[in-house]
Amino acid sequence: MFDRELAFRALGLLVVGAPVGLFATLGLASLLRNRPLSERAIARCVQSAILTGLIASIAMLASMLVWDDTQVPIEMGSWVHVRNFHFVFKFEFDRLSVPFVILTYLLCGTIAAFANRYMHRERGFNRFFVLLSLFVVGMVTTSLAGTIETLFTGWELVGLSSALLVAFFHERPAPASNGLHVWIVYRVSDAALLLASIALHHMTGEGDFDKFLTGEWPNGAALIQPYQALFVGLLLLVAAMGKSAMVPFSGWLPRAMEGPTPSSAVFYGALSVHLGAFLLLRFSPIIHQSLILRIIIIMVGVGTAIFATFAGDVQTDIKSALSFASMSQVGLIFAEIGIGFQYLALVHILGHGCLRTLQFLRAPTLLYDYRTMEDAIGERLPRFSGAWLGSATDSARIWYYRLALERGYLDAYLKELFVRPFLSFLRQCDSLELRWTRWLSGPDASVPHPSETSPTLEELL
Amino acid sequence: MSELHFPWLEASVLIALIGAIWVGRVRDPFIASRHSLFFNVLVLVTTVGAWIDYEFINPVGTPPHEAQDLWNPLTELVGREIFVIDPLSAPLLSLVALLYFLVSLTTLRTKIRRFSFAWTLVSEAILLATFSCEDPWLIIALLAAGTVPPFLELRARSQNTGVYVKHMTLFVAMLVIGRLFVEWEGVDKRVHSLWAIIPLLIAVFIRSGIAPFHCWMSDLFDRATFGTSLLVAMPLVGAYATIRLVMPIAPDWVMRTIGLLSLMTTVYAAGIALVQTDARRFFCYLFLSYSALVLVGLEAVTPVSLTGALCVWLSVSVSLGGFGLTLRALEARRGRLSLTHFQGLYNHTPALAVLFLITGLASVGFPGTFGFIGTEMLVDGAVEAYPFVGVAVVIASALNGIAVVHAYFRLFTGTHHASLVSLGIGARERFAVITLTALIFIGGLLPQYNVVSRQRAADRILRARATTAGAHAFLEEEGAPEKK
Repeated sequence: MFDRELAFRALGLLVVGAPVGLFATLGLASLLRNRPLSERAIARCVQSAILTGLIASIAMLASMLVWDDTQVPIEMGSWVHVRNFHFVFKFEFDRLSVPFVILTYLLCGTIAAFANRYMHRERGFNRFFVLLSLFVVGMVTTSLAGTIETLFTGWELVGLSSALLVAFFHERPAPASNGLHVWIVYRVSDAALLLASIALHHMTGEGDFDKFLTGEWPNGAALIQPYQALFVGLLLLVAAMGKSAMVPFSGWLPRAMEGPTPSSAVFYGALSVHLGAFLLLRFSPIIHQSLILRIIIIMVGVGTAIFATFAGDVQTDIKSALSFASMSQVGLIFAEIGIGFQYLALVHILGHGCLRTLQFLRAPTLLYDYRTMEDAIGERLPRFSGAWLGSATDSARIWYYRLALERGYLDAYLKELFVRPFLSFLRQCDSLELRWTRWLSGPDASVPHPSETSPTLEELL
Repeated sequence: MSELHFPWLEASVLIALIGAIWVGRVRDPFIASRHSLFFNVLVLVTTVGAWIDYEFINPVGTPPHEAQDLWNPLTELVGREIFVIDPLSAPLLSLVALLYFLVSLTTLRTKIRRFSFAWTLVSEAILLATFSCEDPWLIIALLAAGTVPPFLELRARSQNTGVYVKHMTLFVAMLVIGRLFVEWEGVDKRVHSLWAIIPLLIAVFIRSGIAPFHCWMSDLFDRATFGTSLLVAMPLVGAYATIRLVMPIAPDWVMRTIGLLSLMTTVYAAGIALVQTDARRFFCYLFLSYSALVLVGLEAVTPVSLTGALCVWLSVSVSLGGFGLTLRALEARRGRLSLTHFQGLYNHTPALAVLFLITGLASVGFPGTFGFIGTEMLVDGAVEAYPFVGVAVVIASALNGIAVVHAYFRLFTGTHHASLVSLGIGARERFAVITLTALIFIGGLLPQYNVVSRQRAADRILRARATTAGAHAFLEEEGAPEKK
């Protein structure tokens, strides 16, 4: 007799297990063998794993539609179970997670097929696909997470793979410093998410979504007080802002374009950049408990959209221009979430992700495309330039242009206001310690290591 | 008291001592290295044997209690119990033996002449004896003896010993003074006076490297060989001294003081690690940050936080041990490593780069690795007692994560490093770091056994504090609803 539960469980395991198996295969092969797998073997592994995951997730969607199940929780068993503490690995297939996971598989599969040729004979071919598989594991885990700890696990994996892929061309200093910049912003975002998780645990004693979010998405309700919702919601908002490059954390997105085009497309154009919006959608019942929080989210979203449009207009390379275009759309998605249009926001994510991936993949051949279009229409393509600045004076135009080109000097302000004083304080403490140690060592003590006091971290940022 | 099926504990200490004498008589350092490895393997086998034997006679589900060696020749000799094994020490003994084995194994030919294998075996014997021992005076004597081998190495390398000697003298003096007062006030007394507590507190702060008593640790990392520094730091002897000497007699305010200073050290050391320009000092502060975190968990004295602290203890030793070995392997190829400019070593040593990242991130409790569940439990339990603990630990974790990836980018990327000689990882190093990496992932992906085992140890420690407020909390929590 057909067992529906068993079918769901099998499909769920395939959806989650396929990328995990892929990462384990590629990772172990890299670590244990002296030579990595051949390009053909890697391509086959990636294709089969992503295809398996995609088919399983579509089958899961079909099964849910056929049996009219809108929420399918799948527990992977207790990871840890001792007295007073237990940690469950749980996945939730619902109206939010299933479309997002299908989008993940679809876009990652497309990008993998593209990258097979784009990265052909590239020195880091194997490394690229190991990191891509880690990214897929992170995305699938985050999308399907049924507990905040599971979500955090995926969130961290996405962050790590993103930062390492930004620094993919690692024989130059710029990718490394940009990778570190991305990682720092992600760590701030991770810290906020972890604090939200701790706060939720402290308030409700639970980490499972279905324990503090009742009802089916998007019509659920949160079992916490409005003031608690405001506190947790603000932490979640900071986490989402960091991951989705909202103002003032937006500086990392154009820097992230330092990575190879396929990773830029799938990470910063389509999936990773939407993860913050996904987080807000997942916790939308909490957000809707607090009007102040909703207003803040709308302001952040609209502010980012305006800023990204303003800065994106003057970008001189196509990947930066596309990254600002992504940022403005994600800002609008935030605003939609704040207003309460969850379905619209979800559809916006799906549509925007697909469109932006296509644009990124066409980016390396942009000039060729332009020429083809101009040849086809028989004249130059029209040029659009800031009509709204038409009435401004020349000096004002230059001032606006400089401000936009420097991205509102946001990075510089953050560096001067927070990073430099913080590191300067730490260096003073370190210097005091060294003096104390030398005093204890006595007058004849030699300095045990070369004393280099030039700032290092600021240089990278 | 139950008995093991073999005198594992005494055998392990004896083998290490015999090995030290044997290796000390071998003049050729390369032969000494091979002989030393043989004894390290024997010690590892006996300690693992002790652990398995202990688990066999004390299976999960039975109340945890201590066990002693079969026949007990040493007890017969001195007339009282010397070496015992309990849920706390069982895995620690194997961990210590594993670390010593791996450090000896990965000592490259270029460094063999500078590394004393005989003294390493002596310090292994002392450490194993310390972890097998519950008698306070014997622990103090062994802790004092453990300070000697690093001192001799510093002297042999003509390094300044001022900082080390001053701190260690104070450490031993405080231990002795504190214990004398405890004995004078009566060992059966539950809560002792400040005269007894404060010296013991200072002693464990010094040995654990809690600020402001931590400078000797960074000085040792600067001046001693990396291998010796690793072995002094990694087994977290200070935490062991806290559990055996302070926790059974300390009132709650003392535990809170330990916790507060440890929490400050966790954040402070994480910050200082961020601005280091030398890889060894960076490693030292990373270690200090996480060793202090273990004490934070001990302080909260709730079952969950204590279990988390004991899990973090193991994970820190394993992951930072692996991280240290990776850095040591890099140092053996490039000399002292500066973090002020890019080194671009990835293309020469991709395996070391990957292992550096895995062990480094595992040490900061990255999901899926050994430290993740322990940190979660520690924070979860500690937040119940003090909500600000969560914020501080999260900040420290974020700073440490940034510091690790910053060091990775500095050492492995940013430029093209030209070298005529191969800098690739050797077979011994690959074996060592892959063993620790396997432990990191096994502990991370299958944490149940480790957590249950640490919970038994935590229960035993809390029962020892039977009349304190922490124990009341423990008793209350035994009947508390389960948390997810």
